[in-house]
Formats: sequence, structure tokens, C-alpha cells
Amino acid sequence: MTVTAATRDAYGAALEEIGGRYPEIVVLDADLSESTRTYKFARKYPDRFFQMGISEQDMVCTAAGLASAGKAPFASTFAIFGSRAWEQMRNMVCRANLNVNLCFSHAGLTVGEDGSSAQALEDIAIMRALPRMRVFVPADDIETAQIIQHLATHRDGPAYVRLGRAKVPRVHDEKFKFRAGHADALREGKDAAIIACGVMVSMALDAADILAKDGVSAAVINMACIKPIDADAIVAASRKTGRIVTAEEHNVIGGLGSAVAEVLAEHAPCKMKRVGVQDTFGESGTSDELLRKYGLTKENIVSAVRGIM
Amino acid sequence: MERITDITQLKEIARQVRLDILESTFAAGSGHPGGSMSAVELVVSLYYREMKYNPEEPRWPDRDRFILSKGHACPVLYSVLSRVGFFPHEELLRFRKLGSILQGHTDMLKTPGVDASAGSLGMGLSFGNGVAMAGRIDNKDYRVYVMLGDGEVQEGEIWEAAMTAPHYNLDNVCAILDHNELQIDGFNYDVKDIEPIADKWRAFCWNVLEVNGHDFGQIFAALDEARATKGRPTIIVAHTVKGRGVSFMERVAGFHGRCLTKDEMELARKELEFPLM
Repeated sequence: MTVTAATRDAYGAALEEIGGRYPEIVVLDADLSESTRTYKFARKYPDRFFQMGISEQDMVCTAAGLASAGKAPFASTFAIFGSRAWEQMRNMVCRANLNVNLCFSHAGLTVGEDGSSAQALEDIAIMRALPRMRVFVPADDIETAQIIQHLATHRDGPAYVRLGRAKVPRVHDEKFKFRAGHADALREGKDAAIIACGVMVSMALDAADILAKDGVSAAVINMACIKPIDADAIVAASRKTGRIVTAEEHNVIGGLGSAVAEVLAEHAPCKMKRVGVQDTFGESGTSDELLRKYGLTKENIVSAVRGIM
Repeated sequence: MERITDITQLKEIARQVRLDILESTFAAGSGHPGGSMSAVELVVSLYYREMKYNPEEPRWPDRDRFILSKGHACPVLYSVLSRVGFFPHEELLRFRKLGSILQGHTDMLKTPGVDASAGSLGMGLSFGNGVAMAGRIDNKDYRVYVMLGDGEVQEGEIWEAAMTAPHYNLDNVCAILDHNELQIDGFNYDVKDIEPIADKWRAFCWNVLEVNGHDFGQIFAALDEARATKGRPTIIVAHTVKGRGVSFMERVAGFHGRCLTKDEMELARKELEFPLM
């Protein structure tokens, strides 16, 4: 029986834990504390929690100020609303290399019924284009907790962590050790490599099972660390298999797929297909309905692999 | 750093700072002299009379902070920082040049004494609030001074930050509005009228003081009152003249973002070297 858990829940718990160990950690939110789960930190450490109200630009620059004065801020809101503060991230956080951790939740279609205005499908693209910004997309609760622990102690600049609303299957066990800048090889394979992030990782594993029944051996790589990306792992996968499929809960433009394509095109060109949202907005629906309608399924990953065999 | 409170001495420093602004922008071939000239007495007051800091230790954790949110006015800040000892005065002539420690807009990684990387308007007050919040948590008594432009208050984020400061009782924040009435495309009232600006800040629950921004006595009194005001932040609305100090620059929008020509520099040097007042 697979455990399912939401990465935002793991975030809230991890934040509370590191908050107890590191007094410099402060948390900011923009009126979404219940949903982002920063309320857990807030009720335990009220003097170190700053409710900023519905003012994301104010939140990001305030976090920058806190970081400049020796604090280690974690700022949260929904991914789409936080993105209005992109220029603030660029000009006040990244340019000054300040240790601001932007842990934004409710990314992707799995936001569900709230509809297209709330479904961030471009955030990986705009974050990875920022110099100095580390970009993490945890695949499950275990990885989320480890990334947050990592950020609590690795304070060398800004970071973006993409979290989700929905419960997702756990793909790691207790032995897992997150390593920043390193691809997480979940499954070996020689005919193709599926490089996925976030909710698509468990689907990639399911797709590999289906392919195996037809004698196609597909590797599965969880690329949680989108920036800095593990280019060596991508090149190795290309050289070993000659076929790469990427999968993400994000526009095919600019996200993980594009990042992988950049490495392949320059260093190890091979057959490639990107599974993701095909440059459209989402809409209202249940999380599962939306993933299905917009092609974010294990079946689609299977077809993509078959399409380049 | 020894404080200077004698107004005659400070007026002389202000005169030299104005020359620095013109010389550095002229050497660079670009820059923002108008909005730098309007802020001279204010910045001189802060660094010579008001703030505690240490040029030997620019990141001294207990220092007062100055956030030049209108970061394009960095020529005035750079001049003052060089004069109080953060870096050699000669650096001013390398302003905006490739590899210079003095960037076109403030850069806290490159310039000793600069507390925030600004340049895109509307961000400095939020940043200053964040610094003040850190001071609160740490029970420190440093103060945070944020200088805003009057065109800048057209940015929405300024008002987000304006709501934050009183909400968190940040009486260690003192904003200063360099109200020179001009922006790039003209006077504020032609572009997007900001009046009644003092009333707006009062409505946002700030303690509001209004001064002649070129009168040291008034500036000192306002800074004293800001320091003494508990429970809410203060904003000093400083009525200033863009391009102040050179007759043909005063109240002219065109000098927002261009340096003087060679001929204009000759005239300007004469005026500043032999001030009428």
C-alpha cells in the first residue's frame, strides 16, 4: 500500500522542525498560511512569523531585508501569486545573492477546482532563468523534508522550492539521501530514460513498469534539482539509452524538458520528447481529471517512449 | 566617525557633495544628477549627524542602515560614503565604468557602505521593514532610514510596505520622501498626481513630518522627533528642488537622467565653487 502525502504538508512539518533548531529562521506568508502550512511554524514561533497579507512583492523584499540583517527567511504563498514578485526576486534577492528561500505551494494543475488563474505552469521556467537561484521540485514528502533541512543549513544564496496541494505517492524510502545538484536515479534501464520531476516521478515509475512488460527497459531519473542541473547524469543517460523522455507538471516551454534539451543539444543529442502541458492554461476540475485531460499521465509517458523507439 | 552638527560646516560639505555629483556623472558620461542634487542635505544629515556606522566595518551588525530606495540617486550616496571613509574619493571618477565598485544603481555586493541593492523603484521600503523586523527580533536599537522618490510612490509596493510598517509597530523605521516634484516625463501632477501625499501617509497611520529638505535645522528637528516617536514609523516629507544648487538645473525634468555637457559643467563649477549663498 503506497503512502500518499502532500509535499506542502511535509513542508509545514519540516519548517516547524528546523524552526526549533535554528533561531535565525523566520517565516513569511501572504494570507495563505493555512494552505501553505506555514501556520505550524507560526503558532509555535509567533515572534518569528510575519504575516504580510495579500502583498507578495512586499513579502519578497521584506524577506530580502531580513536576510540582509542575518536572518534565514522562508517565504510562502501560491506559486502563481508569488510569481508577480519575480522582478523583486531578480533585482533585490538574486542580484544581491541574499539567502531567501521561496517555498511556493499549489503549483501546477493539481490545484484543481480553483481553475486556471491559480494553476502555475510557468514557474520553473521563470525561476531557473534567474542567476544564483537554486530550483528544487521535490517528488514526495520524504524528499521535501530533506530539501528543507538542506536549505536550513546551506544558506549560500536564494532558493525556490515548488510544492503541491495534492497528495502524491511516496517514491522514496527512509534510506534516501537528497543530494543537491545530483540526479536521483530511481530505476535503471537501457532502452530509454524518463527524466521527471514532482508528481510526474511516480507516474514515470508506473510507465516504466508498463514498458517493461513489453520488453522495453526504461530508466527513471528524478530530477528534483532543476538548477543546478546534473548535466553529467543527463549526458550519461543519453549515451547509454539514446532516448530521453521528460515529464513535468508544467508547460513544455521553459521547464525541466527545456533544461534537459539544452544539455542534450549541446553535449549529447539524442531522440527526445517532452511530456507536459502543451503551452495552454488549465481550468477547473478535479486534480485527477485535469492531469488526465492535459496529458500528464503514465500512459502518455509510455506513448512518448514508444514514439521514439 | 565624529559627528558634525555645525550647519556652516555641513553647508560646505553639501557644496562639495554637489560638485562630486556633477564631476562623477560627467566623468561617467551618464547618470542621474537632478534627483541626487535634491537629496544632498538629507543624506549629509544622515551620515554626518544622525546615523551610527563604522567605515572600517561596513557590515557592523549594530549599525543604522540607510536604504536609498530611489537607487538612481546613488551619486549623492557615493559622494558621502567616500567622504566619510568607506572608500577612496578618487573612486567617484570611476563611477559606472566597467569593473568599478560604484555601479550605475546601488549594488550591496560591490560597494562598501551600501546596505541594499536598489535600482528598480518601489522595493526599498519593504526591504527596510525587513531589516527593522530583524532588529526587533534581536532586541537591537539600530534604526533604518529609507529614502523614497516622489515618482516612486506611484509604485504599488510602496503602499504595501506602508501598510506593513505600522502593522508591525516599526518605530525604528524612518522614511524620507525626497519630494522634488519632478519625475522623468514631467511634474508629478502631470504624470500621476500624488497629492495630497502627506495626508496619504497619515491615512496609512504614519507619523508625518514636513520639512524644507534643504534646511539643515528643520531636517535635524524632524530626525529628532522621528527618533522620539514610539509605536509607529515616521516619514519625513522633504520639500526639495530637483537639481538644487545649479541655477539652470533647478526644477528641470531633463536633468533627471543626463549628465551635463562640457559647457554646462564650466557654468556649474563656477556657480558651485563661488556660491552666492
